[in-house]
Amino acid sequence: MTDARKRTTIIIMSLMVLAGIVISFFLGQFSITPKELGGIIISQFADIKPFWTSQQEHVFWTVRMPRILIACIVGIALSTAGCVYQGVFENPMAAPDFLGASSGAGLGAALAILAGMNEWMITVMAFVFSLATIWLVYIIGNRTRGNKTVGLVLAGLMVSALAQAGTSFIKLVADQTNELPEITYWLMGSLTGTTQRDVVFSGAIIVVGIIPLLILRWKINVLTIGEDEASTIGINVARVRFISLICATLVTAAAVSVSGMIGWVGLVVPHFCRKIVGNNMKFLLPASVFMGAFFLLMVDNISRNLFAVEIPIGILTAIIGAPFFIYLITKGGESV
Amino acid sequence: MISVSDLRYAYGTHEVLKGISFDARPGELLCILGHNGAGKSTLFKCMLGLLRGYSGSITVDGIDFSRLKPKEKALYVAYIPQASKPTFAYNVMDMVIMGTMSVAGGISGPGEKEKRLALDALSKMGIMHLKDRDYTKISGGEQQMVLIARALAQGAKILIMDEPTSSLDYGNQMRVQKQLRKLVSEGYTIIQSTHNPEQTYVFADRILCIRDGIIYRQGKPQDVMDEKLIKDMYGIDVEMVESADKRVRFFELKEYEDNEENKE
Repeated sequence: MTDARKRTTIIIMSLMVLAGIVISFFLGQFSITPKELGGIIISQFADIKPFWTSQQEHVFWTVRMPRILIACIVGIALSTAGCVYQGVFENPMAAPDFLGASSGAGLGAALAILAGMNEWMITVMAFVFSLATIWLVYIIGNRTRGNKTVGLVLAGLMVSALAQAGTSFIKLVADQTNELPEITYWLMGSLTGTTQRDVVFSGAIIVVGIIPLLILRWKINVLTIGEDEASTIGINVARVRFISLICATLVTAAAVSVSGMIGWVGLVVPHFCRKIVGNNMKFLLPASVFMGAFFLLMVDNISRNLFAVEIPIGILTAIIGAPFFIYLITKGGESV
Repeated sequence: MISVSDLRYAYGTHEVLKGISFDARPGELLCILGHNGAGKSTLFKCMLGLLRGYSGSITVDGIDFSRLKPKEKALYVAYIPQASKPTFAYNVMDMVIMGTMSVAGGISGPGEKEKRLALDALSKMGIMHLKDRDYTKISGGEQQMVLIARALAQGAKILIMDEPTSSLDYGNQMRVQKQLRKLVSEGYTIIQSTHNPEQTYVFADRILCIRDGIIYRQGKPQDVMDEKLIKDMYGIDVEMVESADKRVRFFELKEYEDNEENKE
């Protein structure tokens, strides 16, 4: 595929996200017609007489809109972080869960629920614990002897295991009537009950985190050919790696803290994009941003509309993601 | 010109380089010979700035190399590995343009100038036709050419190569070495390690023999190389045979049967 066609592909992807958002506005238990939607939106800027119910307007602004935006935001975050981790660690199997981001967030959330904190504090605790876990992984990984990449992966596995043990222990001592179900539900990953505050919080952090990654994406490319070669080409490997990891981690923690554990997005979406636009971060990173948003938005639409009872999105991403990944590594032709 | 003077390096208490000194001038192809573990790779890593904590000095055009930042070093010295195995497949143009990354970058990435540098490098190596091919799917010889093109795009005049042809078939070895001679004639300095003493006759201006961390001998291959040197360096008995044009010589292992006969 030529560069020009890759550029066109990415523009198409961005239009798919826009179309996806518009379609999602109409999906849900409260029906809103296109005309009503137009009216609700225009009424923000112009004075028109409502021909819709105030309940519709309320649902649109406080439930549906935040829900749609958070699906896009979390999708972008997980997919972009996965794409960056794969490059920085020179490892196709790298994903946000990889460094303990998710299990750290889970532990923080479980602790907060056990302590009876409110929903906002649960988010904050998940965020803080997620960052702390990755920080710990990074410190341990840097102290390992020999190959630092492998050291970091192993440190991630170990610290994740510790965090998961902590979460399991909290589940054991939690009150079985209300705390335990809440923890379990949080860990499954869900976008239910997203508030406008969640959107602003995670959205702001993700914008701050993704800009440096977009700037550094050329250098992350060079990291994938190996530390020594990248270094002799003139890349300050330690610095590029550090900034990339900080940003990817910030973005992951912001997503996980509002959504719970949503697996597979960070692994599958970047690989899907690799098949389409190739491995050059120039195209791969923007493609991952758009496809991450599109993928999670679509899965969330299924999660909240397919059955009478909402299915936690984490279950769906696994059901869709795992078989799709198997397809990618077998039928997809290229080696991963 | 790159000058190495009294270079010493130790991994812990194990001293690998024990005082290495030499120069390499523009328009010179220097071959470094040495048995496995002699210290060739360590020497290269020091020269590329990948290992710190050595004693002695490495200067490039009189500038202390250890004081330069990675992106400044990249403008003087380029590294061409034996084979690059990128985790993910890139096309050839992407690989070559990576060489310009120390100067390019920012939000917009490599621009027209960098693209031209990469295209110039590809055409200089005569591999323009590979531009859009997948790097992981071209032959070993072609990959080596791409890595050399990447070093040229980087803009450095000193090229350090780690056994550039050891994994190539005979034809590709010759093609790569011919390209290197062409670069040398344009004023590049090439320092390469090799395990093939015979080849140095054809291509090297000077050889540097490292044994146990010191320079055992250096000079023109025609002056330095003899049966004793091979015996001392590699521990094998050889016989040296000169070809008719007195330029190329070959070494033959003394046959096993000879030794058997001698015993009788």
